[in-house]
Amino acid sequence: MTGVPLSAYLVLALVLFCIGLYGALTKRNAVIVLISIELMLNAANINLVAFSKLGVTPSITGQVFSLFTITIAAAEAAVGLAILMSLYRNRKTVNVDEMDIMKH
Amino acid sequence: MSVSGELIAFFGLALVAILGGVLLITLTKVVHMVIALVFTFLSIAGIYLLLSAEFVAIVQILIYSGAITIVMLFGIMLTKHRENDEPAKGGWQRFFLLLAIAGFAVAVYLGIYNLDIPVQPTALHEENTKQIGIELFSKYVIPFEVMSVLLLVALVGAIVLAKKDDEEGDRS
Repeated sequence: MTGVPLSAYLVLALVLFCIGLYGALTKRNAVIVLISIELMLNAANINLVAFSKLGVTPSITGQVFSLFTITIAAAEAAVGLAILMSLYRNRKTVNVDEMDIMKH
Repeated sequence: MSVSGELIAFFGLALVAILGGVLLITLTKVVHMVIALVFTFLSIAGIYLLLSAEFVAIVQILIYSGAITIVMLFGIMLTKHRENDEPAKGGWQRFFLLLAIAGFAVAVYLGIYNLDIPVQPTALHEENTKQIGIELFSKYVIPFEVMSVLLLVALVGAIVLAKKDDEEGDRS
C-alpha cells in the first residue's frame, strides 16, 4: 500500500497557508483580505483532516474539529462582511490603507 | 515507489489548489480573484475525499464554494471599489514581507519534511457520516451546543452591524 505520505499533505497546507498570509498582508481590498484569511483557515483544516487519517492515533476527532473550524470561518466571514458594509456606509471605501480612523 | 492512482489524484488536486492561490495573488480584478479561489476550495474538497473524509468534503463544497464565495461576491458588488486592486505598498516593504513569509515556510518545512508516522489502518471511510454524527452528539455535544450559540450571536451581530440606521441619524 503506497499511499500519499503525510508530509505531502502538510506541505500542501503550508504552501496554501503562506499564499493566504501573503495575500492577507499585501492586498488592499478588504474583501480580498477576508478571503485570504479563509484560505489560511482552509490550510489548517487540511492539517486536521490529514492527521485524523495519517496521524499517530487515527480517529474521527480531526474531522469533527474541522467541521467546527468551518463553522467558525463562516461566522467570521459573515461578521467581517457586515463590519465592512457599515464601514463602507460611513467612509465610502473598502481600502484597508484608508481604514485608520481609530489610529489618530 | 510505484505511481498509484491516489498519488496522481493528489498531485492533480494539489496543483489546482496552489494554482488557484497563486492566481488569487497575481490577478488584478477582484471578481476574478474570488473565482480563482473557488477552484482552490473545490480541489481542497477533493483532497478531503482522498483522506476518506466524505462528509467534510461535501460540507466544504457547500459552505466554501457555495456560501462563502457568494457572500464575498455580494460584498464586492455592494461596495464600490476600484476595478483593479493595485498594490500601493512600497517595493521594499513587499520584499521584506516575502522574505519573512519564506523564512516562516522554510522553518515549518524543516519540521515536517521527514515526518514519518507509520500508517495505521483506519475505518474512517466506513459510514463516515454516521461516525461523525455519533461522535458529535455523544463526546462533543457541548462544543456543538456552544457552536450553535456562536452562530446565533454571529447572525444577530451581522444583522445589527449591517442594518441601516437612518432613524438614529435623524434623532441625533
